[in-house]
Amino acid sequence: MPEMTYSQAINEALREEMRRDDKVFIMGEDVGIFGGCFGVTTGMIDEFGPERVLDTPISETAIMGSAVGAAAAGLRPVPEIMFMDFLAVCLDELVNQAAKMRYMFGGKAKVPLTLRTVLGAGLGAAAQHSQSLEAWICHVPGLKVVMPSTAADAKGLLKSAIRDDNPVVFLEHKMMYAMSGEVPDGDYTIPLGKAEIKRAGKDVTIVATSLMVHKALAAAETLAAEGIEAEVIDPRTLVPFDKETLFQSVEKTGRLVIVHEAVKTGGFGGEIAAMVAEECFDMLDAPIKRVAAPSTPIPFASNLESAFIPNEEKIIEAVKAIL
Amino acid sequence: MALDKEEMLELYRKMCLIREFEETVSKFFSQGQIPGFVHLYIGEEAVATGVCANLVKQDFIASTHRGHGHGIARGASINKMMAEIFGKVDGYCKGKGGSMHIADVELGFLGANGIVGAGLPLAAGAAFANKYLNNNGVSVCFFGDGASNRATFHEALNLASIWKLPVVFVNENNMYGISMSQERHQNITDIADRAVAYGIPGVSIDGNDVMAVYEATAEAVKRARAGAGPTLIECKTYRHHGHFEGDPTVYRSEDEVNQWKKKDPIPRFGARLLEMKIMTQDEIAAIADEVKREIEEAVAFAQRSPVPAVEELLTDVYCD
Repeated sequence: MPEMTYSQAINEALREEMRRDDKVFIMGEDVGIFGGCFGVTTGMIDEFGPERVLDTPISETAIMGSAVGAAAAGLRPVPEIMFMDFLAVCLDELVNQAAKMRYMFGGKAKVPLTLRTVLGAGLGAAAQHSQSLEAWICHVPGLKVVMPSTAADAKGLLKSAIRDDNPVVFLEHKMMYAMSGEVPDGDYTIPLGKAEIKRAGKDVTIVATSLMVHKALAAAETLAAEGIEAEVIDPRTLVPFDKETLFQSVEKTGRLVIVHEAVKTGGFGGEIAAMVAEECFDMLDAPIKRVAAPSTPIPFASNLESAFIPNEEKIIEAVKAIL
Repeated sequence: MALDKEEMLELYRKMCLIREFEETVSKFFSQGQIPGFVHLYIGEEAVATGVCANLVKQDFIASTHRGHGHGIARGASINKMMAEIFGKVDGYCKGKGGSMHIADVELGFLGANGIVGAGLPLAAGAAFANKYLNNNGVSVCFFGDGASNRATFHEALNLASIWKLPVVFVNENNMYGISMSQERHQNITDIADRAVAYGIPGVSIDGNDVMAVYEATAEAVKRARAGAGPTLIECKTYRHHGHFEGDPTVYRSEDEVNQWKKKDPIPRFGARLLEMKIMTQDEIAAIADEVKREIEEAVAFAQRSPVPAVEELLTDVYCD
């Protein structure tokens, strides 16, 4: 299997889907000549031309709204919103238009678009370029939400997202673009709604999303040295959510720690905790713990930003608190 | 492109059909037989009718909260529209959308919309699809004077202008954004003036003159199909009823309403057709009878239709 970065895996998935289906096109701020703010779409304009790799003005509302219109009219747009924080500028188009068209038109419309956007802190980009707002999106019926944590997952899930007939929000973590991993060759897809056990263990279940999967794995290694075997589960897609894999794990371990980079209040971790409390309360041997960012805007100074982001130590502390 | 006698009669008939539809909805709404909000198109019929007479199969329209007239003008089934407004399973959306979400995507009707100004980027996107598929189709966006103050207006017109999208932006300036008069909500008189900001043509016309609307749209559609990009057409018109049914309309005078009723597009076009000897008094009466019958049938269809099964609550959230 070839080794490539998360960024290259996304680029490859986009290219493969554009070669496979000429209704797929990408659009967004600086995605063309510039190759994307993080370089993810580098070189795509050379292969597909400006007709299918569209630089847009700084107009998130027009990007999102025209993608919805184009999707309803039969294309498969892959718009990019440069930072997830900017979704606040075009939420109507996502929440009131894309998400609801099928339902409110009685099942007679399809909006097959894949919105790619970038979340996460760690670059010192401060309060308006670092948020993890996936809980907002998960709260809206009609949208699917994907959060890959490895290059292989990014490729396999993005290809499935583009082929999906629903609006899918595909969330890339900016601190993972340079991470490398093995990516299967060929037409590699991963179904949406399928979690992966990233590390097997019997003592505690750690559910983590996006970059936090790597921190959870690091924490699990440290815990293993102390004889504690943590099972790390990456849901990979939050909507639809693979309850089965999670519940099976909780049944085995009886303990659950949930880790996400988003702020704790109203975060998706609350939803995961509630699912387990409602449906497998009897399997639990200890209270559920959440490791998440504090409910503050994201600070600029490096030391403050580091204190904001959940880390290995906090995960270990949470695990030990319920063992 | 001059219209022949039959086509002009059809414009007249369509306006009468919209009027009869809306007056009927008004009646049943006031009787409590229709839930939710309804926003009626009475007084503005010439705009949708004149615009849609220019459209062909592959074209799209994006509509507004005041969308019944647009749907009828585009050729949507009045039975399915009426059933939808009554919240019945045989409605366009199986009763799950209601007045503000009637759509027929197959017909190129991208839906009414409950969000003011939301149709503008949707129409730009549909126009992009037409251009991308190279099918010579155009897209039309109807929107009100209130919507011309939204960011969607600016972003969509800008995008359409730089990409030379085949789209016609049809502003229905009925002089009020809900309760706020145009002179209070913007510092210009002619919304068409805003076209200058995007380097596209902008025309301001009498929106109660169906022929003027037809001709201005014909020019804009021709331009769009030729690849020359978007046009902004401002149609000055007036809604006889309030913003929504039940609106006490405290913000406008009886006198103003009466002045506009004198410019009612339907009797006005009727008189013109009589004068041109294209239509006779008998034909006017026959059209009135015909549309009355059609709407009665639509109401009967709606009333006969069952409400959606409770299981429908959970379907259509996602495609399988």
